[in-house]
Amino acid sequence: MSDIKDVILEYVLEEYLEEDDDIEVDYDTPLISGGIVDSFSMVSLKRFLETEYDIRIPDAKATPEAFDSVNKIVALIKEFGVE
Amino acid sequence: MALIDAQRELLKKELDDIRQAGLFKEERIICAPQGSEIEVSFPIGSEEKRVINMCANNYLGLSSHPDVVEAARKGLDHRGYGMSSVRFICGTQDIHKQLEDKLTEFLGTEDTILFPSCMDANTGVFEAVLSEEDVMIADRLVHASIVDGIRLAKAQQDTFKHSDMKHLEKKLQLHADKRLRVIITDGSFSMDGDLAKLDRIVELAEKYDAMVFLDDSHASGFIGKTGRGTHEHCGVMGKIDIITTTLGKALGGASGGCVSGRREIVELCRQKARPYLFSNTIAPVVVEGALAVLDLISKTTERRDKLEKNTGFWRKGLIEAGFVIKEGETPIVPVMLFNAKLSQDFAKDLFEEGIYAIGFFFPVVAKGQARIRTQLSAAHEMHHLEKALAAFIKVGKKYGILQKTKQEIIEMYGQ
Repeated sequence: MSDIKDVILEYVLEEYLEEDDDIEVDYDTPLISGGIVDSFSMVSLKRFLETEYDIRIPDAKATPEAFDSVNKIVALIKEFGVE
Repeated sequence: MALIDAQRELLKKELDDIRQAGLFKEERIICAPQGSEIEVSFPIGSEEKRVINMCANNYLGLSSHPDVVEAARKGLDHRGYGMSSVRFICGTQDIHKQLEDKLTEFLGTEDTILFPSCMDANTGVFEAVLSEEDVMIADRLVHASIVDGIRLAKAQQDTFKHSDMKHLEKKLQLHADKRLRVIITDGSFSMDGDLAKLDRIVELAEKYDAMVFLDDSHASGFIGKTGRGTHEHCGVMGKIDIITTTLGKALGGASGGCVSGRREIVELCRQKARPYLFSNTIAPVVVEGALAVLDLISKTTERRDKLEKNTGFWRKGLIEAGFVIKEGETPIVPVMLFNAKLSQDFAKDLFEEGIYAIGFFFPVVAKGQARIRTQLSAAHEMHHLEKALAAFIKVGKKYGILQKTKQEIIEMYGQ
């Protein structure tokens, strides 16, 4: 799963961090509860996952808790058969 | 008694959680009209204290201006206290139409519709105008009311990094297949006090056939040479499709807001915007007051010029004293402290020194970005600002943060 992890981490760094942000983000860093991704901007992350892995994540599953770290996101998309 | 004890306990627990997280908001009781000096009782019940107000949105100092108060009084006499109706039943008076026309002229747009507040304008406009086939692309630091408005609309939503034009362009390319694309931004961002790159946004909107939405609540009346707003400042008057703004800040400070822009958009709001259809009309006294404000600031730029001068003095003074501030040109001047507790302690000490300013921290601003947000007013005289600056320096010295960099302050207090 390391490839998927890295793809998602790279997307998070590129999409959500500003150039002058001195925050370190790893696979377990809290993204939403940690204030890196607000729930409003979470939508683009959901769409990225759906496009990248050709899946459909129902809104009920796309919760702030499920999107709160790269590892949690990987666990979520595994439910949809992504390997 | 529908609220049984067990339910009450649940609500009490939620309140306790807010307290424990240090996020409990307490009101300061002001026992005077709004102005540069006010009487404040804080904590509630304590003796009133006269302080210099450095945190009001009273940018032009018109909230208690005698001409505005007199006009409001006239409105009370001539058009009554309330209308007991929404606009489209029996809540539209001649003065409501006059105010809409005046705002259209002032903002340089095609038409205007009043809302009970700008919060209502922002929560109503997207749902009224956009459908599932459209996309809203918002700057990540837009005001909370816009976030709510976006959530209520059926159109798809996306965001771009704050004022990052490359990121915005990528998003416009990504959504090229949508029926309508709307770029959404504040004019002056309320927490950082920086201005949107509206000229660049308009360029991108033209390149990618997008509409531009601008919330100019922290700019209308004083940004731009004649105070028309961020679109005047950036040289794009007439090119903004939707402007929302408030009468609750520089433009008299009472209440009310509007959507101003393309005729068809305003008309769709009149037909479909729920806060317009289902909320009471703006009270006649407020309408007459706002008309007087627009008359005052259309005749002379004296007040916005004084505000500009005050802003220059304050920004220069803070920088020379060695504070870390968010640089810019607006009268919103954040003094950066980075640590949440430090921002609260600093504000408390300022109050002791007779200066009223508020510390902001997560979740109002990003984590590690705690600050005291100061706001200038044309009602401030030089002696107010000199006293406030002396107090900031005294408290700054106490905490040892003068002439220190961001990194050094974070090392001393944490983020």
